[in-house]
Amino acid sequence: MENQLFTITVFTENQVSLLHQISMVFSRRCLNIESLTVSACSIPGVHKFTITCKSDRAMMEHVVKQIEKRIDVLRAFLHTDDEIVFQEVALYKVPTASVLESNEIEHIIREHGARVLEIQPEYTIFEKTGHTDEVKALFDKLNPLGLRQFVRSGRIAVTKAPVEYVDAFLEHQEKRRKSLE
Amino acid sequence: MRALIDQGVDKVFGYPGGQIMPVYDSLYDYSDKIRHYLARHEQGAIHAAEGFARASGKTGVVIATSGPGAMNLITGLNDALMDSTPIVAITGQVPSSLLGKDAFQESDVVSVTLPVTKWSTLVKKAEDIAPAIAKAFYIANSGRPGPVVIDIAKDAQVGLAEYKHAYCNFIRSYDPNPDIKESQIEAAAELLNNAERPMILSGHGVTISNASNELIELAEKADIPVACTIHGLSTIPSCHHLNKGLLGMHGNLGPNINTNKADVILAVGMRFDDRVTGDTKKYAPDAKIIHIDIDASEFNKTVGSHIHIHGDAKTALSALLPFVNRQKHEAWVSSFDRHNKVEYDRVKKLELYPDNEDGKMHMGEVVNKVSKAFNHDAVLVTDVGQNQMFSVRYFNFTSPRSCITSGGLGTMGFGLPASIGAKIAVPDREVVLFVGDGGLQMTVEELGMIMEYNIGVKIVLLNNNYLGNVRQWQELFFNSRYSATPMTNPNFIALANAYGISGEDVAHRDNLDAAIERMKNHNGAYILNVNIEEMGMIFPMTPGGHGVDEILLNSTEYYKPV
Repeated sequence: MENQLFTITVFTENQVSLLHQISMVFSRRCLNIESLTVSACSIPGVHKFTITCKSDRAMMEHVVKQIEKRIDVLRAFLHTDDEIVFQEVALYKVPTASVLESNEIEHIIREHGARVLEIQPEYTIFEKTGHTDEVKALFDKLNPLGLRQFVRSGRIAVTKAPVEYVDAFLEHQEKRRKSLE
Repeated sequence: MRALIDQGVDKVFGYPGGQIMPVYDSLYDYSDKIRHYLARHEQGAIHAAEGFARASGKTGVVIATSGPGAMNLITGLNDALMDSTPIVAITGQVPSSLLGKDAFQESDVVSVTLPVTKWSTLVKKAEDIAPAIAKAFYIANSGRPGPVVIDIAKDAQVGLAEYKHAYCNFIRSYDPNPDIKESQIEAAAELLNNAERPMILSGHGVTISNASNELIELAEKADIPVACTIHGLSTIPSCHHLNKGLLGMHGNLGPNINTNKADVILAVGMRFDDRVTGDTKKYAPDAKIIHIDIDASEFNKTVGSHIHIHGDAKTALSALLPFVNRQKHEAWVSSFDRHNKVEYDRVKKLELYPDNEDGKMHMGEVVNKVSKAFNHDAVLVTDVGQNQMFSVRYFNFTSPRSCITSGGLGTMGFGLPASIGAKIAVPDREVVLFVGDGGLQMTVEELGMIMEYNIGVKIVLLNNNYLGNVRQWQELFFNSRYSATPMTNPNFIALANAYGISGEDVAHRDNLDAAIERMKNHNGAYILNVNIEEMGMIFPMTPGGHGVDEILLNSTEYYKPV
């Protein structure tokens, strides 16, 4: 089967060792994680991992099941790009002198819809959000013009589906909890 | 200790050390309520806990110290994970102020054990111990059972906390007993009712959920032949007319050949391990597969299935039973017997009644005679290798929870300590261990446990002075280049005697029956050192990478069904 980029979202309890528990499912199959973003999500006490990885669907489906099997994981989901809206953010640091030298950088920044975060006599920092190729395109333009530092985040994503499956799971579990009382 | 007692624990296995001393000190006060069995090595302690858990269905408890103590548990944890065995391992850890500072006997236990456990946690405060233990027991023995580690920092062990009874039957992120969808049950029943050549594969899940009766009832009602995985053995009595034998690499001809003839396969609590399926591309090409499993990650893992019933085996089989029609599949059922008859004539007979004049014995004949001597109702414990394959093929079972073996991980050295744990769990049953000369020496130190606690296991050492299974593969696939497989062995009986254990050498076939009788009648542990023919091979065999119906009857000849 053809390799493609998948996005996996994982909802977990906020506990020590979750990152290890998730990453080991990839590492035992020698799968390289392309990007990883973790933060608290809108549900109290629940953290969300957004992971991208290149592989085939059968392998990814099984990875998701093995992640979900971990006790501290609520639910895990597999998505292709057409099922989600996603972004990443990047920061670019250039010498302020280069910005002032000509209007080339200003032109590039306008063209790419980037914004200025900070201007100091020494350096200027731009920010760009977008898809990987858009972030990369700005990098390619700024790099020959004296780019000093560049960093980009992992992907964050929300689904296009009308249903929030993790909510359904939590409701189901809440019902179970009440029945056990 | 009170947290353990609250979980119904009255027996634990373990080995003390610096960072677990407060726990052991407290054990001293509770010695009337909790019996501690001192192993001679932590690996022995955890395999004993596994044997205990497998024979009883209760959670096995093992205690070890930090660092080397905890690291010596790893093999057993992985073994328990692969074979769905409920274990709670309590390990000591360096004081929390020293964590991460390479303190004496510090290991990163949680990180190391995560991949080989169902759950692993570090406790740093005394008040967290009781809730952690309650949670650990709940996780270990619910859903698909497995091993759990609680790593307790030394300062938490000595810290004072008021004991509050902790109870756990709910974890928000964990649903161990999913509701079974009725639509799946109905769809499964429809497949079974329309099947002409249905077959049931019975796995470890049937034992774990105590579903033997339901399985047999279903098989009888719909007249469906049953085949067992290695852990499914003893879920249906060996003598049952629908029990058609063992699946897999060294399984019986009937079930393996007919796997690829069946039109519907009902797989219950089994995971289509590669030792069972052979080449999955050639596996069960005509069959629609109904897979019952409590672990959703097993569906479509190695073999695709058409209907997934996600839930407990006993619940699922009970739900299925009323929907399944009473049927007869006479010709299909007897087709298994036809293949198995060929196996008897071409393989088993030679193994059971060999005529070599030197009197060296075959493993199959020894196993069969021992099984008979114990009325086919002993608990079988095996090590790993030829001794294991011969044991599971030639031993007979009458009641469930009678076959304890390391199936998934294939851990040599499992046998001796596991048999000790099993005997402790079910002291009223006979426990028979079959072990090779290689595997016995991996955990031979546990003869010390037998000596100290007077554990009456019957040990049959199938001694061919070789690592027999590897030797067999070397003969078949590596031009008989016996690299590192011949072994110079000690005087095993003298070794056993040093531990106060009686036993005898059985050099010649003529002495076998009488020796087995003496072992049986001996009060307490007994070891037979049986002189096994060196070049013995286990057949039938589906070589790795072959289809499940491509079966060698001997070194050169594949079975051709007529």
